[in-house]
Amino acid sequence: MTVQQLSVFIENKSGSLVRVLRLLKQENIQLIATTIADTVDYGIFRIICSQPDKAYRVLREAGVAVSLCEVFAIELDDRPGQAADAIELFAGEGISIAYLYSFLLKGKGVLIFRTDHAEKAAGLISSHGLHAIEEKDLSLLL
Amino acid sequence: MTYQKFFHPEESYSRSEIEALQLERLQATVRHCMDSPFYRERFRQAGLTPSDIRTLDDLKKIPFTTKQDLRDTYPFGMAAVPLDRCVRLHSSSGTTGNPTVILHTQKDLEAWAEAVARCLWMVGCRPEDVFQNTSGYGMFTGGLGFQYGAERVGMLTVPAAAGNTLRQLKFFTDFGTTVVHAIPSYAARLYEVMCEKGIDPRRDTKLRTLVIGAEPHSEDTRRRIEDMLGVKAYNSFGMSEMCGPGVAFECPEQNGMHIWEDYYIVEIVNPDTLEPVPDGEVGELVLTTLKREAMPLLRYRTRDLTRILPGECPCGRHHIRLDRMKGRSDDMIILKGVNIFPIQIETILMQFQELASDYLITLETVDGNDAMIVDVEMKDLFIDDYAKLQSLTREITRQLRDEILITPRVRLVPKNTLPKSEGKAVRVVDTRKKY
Repeated sequence: MTVQQLSVFIENKSGSLVRVLRLLKQENIQLIATTIADTVDYGIFRIICSQPDKAYRVLREAGVAVSLCEVFAIELDDRPGQAADAIELFAGEGISIAYLYSFLLKGKGVLIFRTDHAEKAAGLISSHGLHAIEEKDLSLLL
Repeated sequence: MTYQKFFHPEESYSRSEIEALQLERLQATVRHCMDSPFYRERFRQAGLTPSDIRTLDDLKKIPFTTKQDLRDTYPFGMAAVPLDRCVRLHSSSGTTGNPTVILHTQKDLEAWAEAVARCLWMVGCRPEDVFQNTSGYGMFTGGLGFQYGAERVGMLTVPAAAGNTLRQLKFFTDFGTTVVHAIPSYAARLYEVMCEKGIDPRRDTKLRTLVIGAEPHSEDTRRRIEDMLGVKAYNSFGMSEMCGPGVAFECPEQNGMHIWEDYYIVEIVNPDTLEPVPDGEVGELVLTTLKREAMPLLRYRTRDLTRILPGECPCGRHHIRLDRMKGRSDDMIILKGVNIFPIQIETILMQFQELASDYLITLETVDGNDAMIVDVEMKDLFIDDYAKLQSLTREITRQLRDEILITPRVRLVPKNTLPKSEGKAVRVVDTRKKY
C-alpha cells in the first residue's frame, strides 16, 4: 500500500537541480510530484515519478547520490477538511509524520507522507478504509 | 625616565662575541643532551661523542631532529633532566598520532621570559606601559609566554585572553592599554568593532604598540593594521617547540626579525637535500637550542620556510634577521594562531560511515576573522531525513572541534562533486584575504 519515492541529495548550487531533471528527461521519465525544502547548504529533492526503479538506476549510474524508499500516498476527495481528518487519525494513534506533501491527480487529492511507524500506519489505513495508492496503480493514473 | 637601550648585554654583542658564546653553549648543550635517552641513542647510532663538536661548523655532524621524533618520544622521552626538576609542560593540540610535549624547568621558564622581555623592550615597551594580551592562555604558548615576558619588563599586564571583543575594548579605555598582543586577523576585528561602537582608537585609547604574530601576514597587512589603529605593529615569531614567542622579533626598523643567537643557532637548509642554502635564499629554518635544560633540541627542523636577510641592521644589533615566514615545507595549516594538520581532520571524518573519503578544507576570511569550511562527500546510501543529516553535521563539527580546537563549518556534499587535480585530491584551499 505504498509508492516509491526517490530522494536525491543535491547541493544548494545553481545547476544541480537541472542536472537531475535532465537525466530523467533523457529517459522519458514523467514526474508526478516533487518537493524540496530551502536549506543552507544542501537539499533533499524528493520525487514521485513513473518508472522509479529505472530512474533510480539512471541517477545512480550518473553518480548522483540517490536513494529509493517507500512512502504512503493516500487518496482523498478534493474537499475542505479531508487532510485534517486523515492526519488527525494518525496523530490520535501517536504516529508522527517525518514529512508530508500533496498534489492533485485526476480530480483527487493525494497526500504523500513518510513515517517511522509504517506498520502501524498501514493497519490504520486498512481499518479505516482509507484509499492508499499502490505503486502499480500510479502509472495507470497518469 | 631614561632607560638603557638594550635589555641584556648579549643583545649588543658583535658577531665574534656571539659566535664565541654560541660555541661554548653548543658544547655545553651537547654534553647535557647525553642525559636525554633519545639523544644518547642518536649519538651512539651516529658514532658521535660530545668531544667531536669542536667548532660551530661541527654542528653539521649531528643528525636533524624532527617533529616525528617528538611524537615518537611522547610524552617525556626527550627529557634531559628528571621530571621532578620540571615545573611546566606545553603540549600541541590534537589526539591524532601523538601530540608533542615541551617540558620546562624553572630556569627554562626564566630564560623564556627574559627572551620575550628583550623583544618587548626592543620595540619600546617600558614599565609605565599597560600590556593587554588577547592570546588564549593555557596550552597555547602565546598566552603565558607573553604574560611572563611582559611582567619581566615591569609593565602592568591585562591577561584578557582570547575573545569577547567588547570586553577587550572596555579594558583598552578603562585601563589605558598602550601595548596589545593580537594575531593580525584579530587586530583587524578589534578595529571593526571599534568602528561599530564609535570608538576612535587615536582619540579614545592610548594604544601605541601592537605585537602581531602566530599567523602568516604580509607587509600590506601590517601597514593596514597600523593605519587603522594608529599604532606601530611589530612582527613576532615563535613556536611551541622553541618555548613559544620570543624566538625572533622585529626591531624598530621593522625590516626583518632579529633571532636571538645567544639562544639559538640558526641554519637554513634546502628541505629536499637538507644542504645549507646561501644567505639570502629561502629554505627551511633549522634551530638548535642553546639555553634549554629540560628539553634541548639539536638541529630541529621547524618546517617553516624563510631566508636570512643579508647585511647589517641600522639598529646596531648583530643578531641575524629572518624574513617573514614564506610558508611551510609540510602541509600544516595555521588558523587563528592554531597549528592544524589536514590528517587530524581526515582521521575524524573517516570514522563516520555515512561519509565518503573525499573532503576539502577551505580557509577564508569572514568578518576579518579566519574561518574554516570542511566540505565532505556523502556516501551513496544516506538518510532521507533533514533532522538526521543535521545531527550528523553537528556531530562531525563537535568531534572536529575537540580535535583541532576550532569550530569549522561542516557541509555535506554529494559524492564526486569535490575538485580533483591530476587524480590527486586537493585537500586545502586557502582564500584568506591577506589584508
